[in-house]
Amino acid sequence: MNTAKSYTATRNACKMCTPLGAALVFHGIEGAIPLLHGSQGCSTYMRRYLISHFKEPVDIASSNFSEETAIFGGGANLKLAIENIIRQYSPGMIGIATTCLSETIGDDVPMILSGMDQGEGRTDLVHVSTPSYTGTHMDGFHHAVRAVTAYCNPLGSRIRHKPKPRKRINLFPGMLSNEDLRHLKEIFEDLDTKLILLPDYSERLEGPSWVEYHAIQKGGTPIRDIRDMSLSDASMELGALLAGLSQKGEKTAGTILKERFDIPLVSPGIPIGVKATDSFFSALEEITLKPVPEKYKRQRGRLIDAYVDGNKYVSKKKAVVYGEEDFVTAMAGFLAEIGIIPVLCASGGRSGLLKQALTQILPQNIRDQVHVHQGMDFTQMEEAAKKLSPDFAIGNSKGYTLSRNLKIPLVRTGFPIHDRVGGARILHIGYRGTQQLFDTIVNTLLGNRQDISTVGYAYM
Amino acid sequence: MKMKPISILEDRKNQVFTKGDDEFDISCGKKSLAGSVSQRACVFCGSRVVLYPITDALHLVHGPIGCASYTWDIRGALSSGPELHRMSFSTDLSGTDIIYGGEKKLEKALFELIDIYRPKAAFVYCTCIVGIIGDDVAAVCKKVEAKAGIPVLPVHSEGFKGTKKDGYKAACDALFSLIDRSREEIPEKIPLSINILGEFNIGGETWIIREYYKRMGIEVVSVMTGDSRVEDFSSSHRACLNVVQCSGSLTCLAQKMEKEYGIPFIRVSYFGIEDTSKALYDVASFFPDRPDIMEKTALLVREEVAAILPELYEIKADLKGKRAAIYVGGAFKAFSLIKALKHLGMEVVLVGSQTGNKEDYALLKDMCNPGTVILDDANPLELAKYVLEKDAHLFIGGVKEKPIAYKLGLGFCDHNHERKIPLAGFEGMKNFAREIHETVSSPVWDLVPRKCFVDVLK
Repeated sequence: MNTAKSYTATRNACKMCTPLGAALVFHGIEGAIPLLHGSQGCSTYMRRYLISHFKEPVDIASSNFSEETAIFGGGANLKLAIENIIRQYSPGMIGIATTCLSETIGDDVPMILSGMDQGEGRTDLVHVSTPSYTGTHMDGFHHAVRAVTAYCNPLGSRIRHKPKPRKRINLFPGMLSNEDLRHLKEIFEDLDTKLILLPDYSERLEGPSWVEYHAIQKGGTPIRDIRDMSLSDASMELGALLAGLSQKGEKTAGTILKERFDIPLVSPGIPIGVKATDSFFSALEEITLKPVPEKYKRQRGRLIDAYVDGNKYVSKKKAVVYGEEDFVTAMAGFLAEIGIIPVLCASGGRSGLLKQALTQILPQNIRDQVHVHQGMDFTQMEEAAKKLSPDFAIGNSKGYTLSRNLKIPLVRTGFPIHDRVGGARILHIGYRGTQQLFDTIVNTLLGNRQDISTVGYAYM
Repeated sequence: MKMKPISILEDRKNQVFTKGDDEFDISCGKKSLAGSVSQRACVFCGSRVVLYPITDALHLVHGPIGCASYTWDIRGALSSGPELHRMSFSTDLSGTDIIYGGEKKLEKALFELIDIYRPKAAFVYCTCIVGIIGDDVAAVCKKVEAKAGIPVLPVHSEGFKGTKKDGYKAACDALFSLIDRSREEIPEKIPLSINILGEFNIGGETWIIREYYKRMGIEVVSVMTGDSRVEDFSSSHRACLNVVQCSGSLTCLAQKMEKEYGIPFIRVSYFGIEDTSKALYDVASFFPDRPDIMEKTALLVREEVAAILPELYEIKADLKGKRAAIYVGGAFKAFSLIKALKHLGMEVVLVGSQTGNKEDYALLKDMCNPGTVILDDANPLELAKYVLEKDAHLFIGGVKEKPIAYKLGLGFCDHNHERKIPLAGFEGMKNFAREIHETVSSPVWDLVPRKCFVDVLK
């Protein structure tokens, strides 16, 4: 791993804190509402961060610590918060994520919750431990998915069932865009296979205008579906890093279902690019026993044809890729596939697996041109990128400062997109998503060349 | 379609009030209710807001990464020079720091950052966790200050230690300490001079206001804080008058400066024609031996008002009778907004604030028409409930209120610190009117389901 000069302080972080990821997950579950056990500011800051991306209401409750709470423990506040949320929102589930504050004072949340009278048919109270001083928002996301899956599928809960004519698959997509989630649902519809997608915030965080106020927006994975995960035929987790983590023995939602109920787990990377999408579809074929529909073969055909048409504009171009480690890995794999060298692959995450994941996905001949950095912030990234003369940067809108300072275009992808509309509608995955990314990248490079040219031809 | 009633939590009932209905005794200044999705932030947020526009200072957030990430470059506080304030610095505490303490890391981070960025001062913001693990931030600051030779100031802004208001206070304490420390040993007042307090240069507003004072013949010694430099504060104590906007945040500093340096203060607002004019006249009348200043002020107001009135009249014709809802941080801003909206012919049907006090709400009540809903520390459900009940056309608020307004199909005007357009002064009033006009008269509202019940696709 290349090491940049290390600074003690983080300057313009390329990561958010753990509870944010957890809060997002609970917005992807039907009737669920996140509750952060900590100060008021945490939930307000995360709300505005998420709202600025999704342009939708994103309610996150807080147990609202005061000085006394911090001294005497947050049990009473947490209980009061839960009661008030139930009264105002009548949620099906409250997702309780801790913060640095409640973790450090040592609140025993499972104990506090076990003391709450929760009879049959009452609100599910799911706890996920997300101390902000460990990991990033991505860890918070995965931990929340794991917590919900484990909570809804306790050991021994599986009821023997009649063989179903229709296969049922659990899919843990990771932190994808709304449009990505909708695309996954479309694929499973086309495969005539029942899908349990967790989380699915694609409707809740991008719905139509309202006639009346919705305390909790419609949409999200139905809780009863999550309970049925133990009956599924297979699970799929997207993300090369996530796969690496589960190999290292860290539990994920998929490994828990495998351990408890012996449900087979496949873990392809995020399907960006032809090769990655091929792997994704072949994994799908394997678990659903359905052939890839003609529609997707045609999408694939058109995509490769587009690669050919645009090959010269992208070949040997250099890119800075940043964001969550899984996202960076998938994106770098795609860029390499079209001849772009991802000269700088950086993430604020520190799983220790990024280098390995990239080594697996990148072709041998370009590997020595690729600088990989985990635990990197945007200021270090800019310093490192300066020496590599990249042609463009690709990642979330927080890289705008970097791209502006380096005078290179930015292709906005991932999360968050705070300076444009439609960030949640960007499609990244599958042949169709790759097509859109490819066109955007080519056009960005062409547009840039045209804009800085003294001649300014109106043809290519 | 029948509307489901939205209930108000029992414990919040005395923070909601409808003018004309009940005995007026609004409860406010309370901590937010647990589980209620408050639109408020925390102590840290209050401190960050006040000190952020000191552009050549280092602002280091001591804690895990979140607090710094979520506040990176989110405000439209412009600088005419250094832009160090736009960087997001964090000690990014990890698990081991929590166990062994973060003091060493903080010290090292400060030395390194001061070495690279050469700031004129440094602020260290304590976040929740620092208050728990017990880092002696003041001691670290003192040590670094001695070696680095610049003021290094702790800001005691642990998120849970109160509300946003306590954050203002923590920031004012730090700011006063900076002012007192940088003070030159010249006690004489600078003639005809003021400090501007509570003006953050959002979208360049400070520049607009400064220009007015220049034309009036008033010298602005320092701004706290908008496009500010550390060295500006060396003469702050020599100003004749402190002119305080955003009174919720900076009044405590003004009081301290009155006590320590004998500088009196007045409260003003630079929002809307009436309040801007009043602010300038109030400052002019503070210098009674100089009638020429009052003359210049009157001339300025006449010219500026004349320049924008024709357009305002045109806009008013379209906005007349439309209903507006206001939900802002400080109540003082709400007063100005009500007046400005009246100027545009609009009716205010809901008004609320995150941090208003009893007097503020009493004044709000006097300013509003019967039937107006007044809210303290509201949550999204309450805001939505009353916006619907009152059938508002426009919502004025911040980034967290925007999706509520849009989801329900009404226009929105951002009056928070994230906005990029100046709304202060006469020029600001024109921008405000234009923005409201643009959003309220957009044809898209004709298509939203709440207004157009026929679903054509069915």
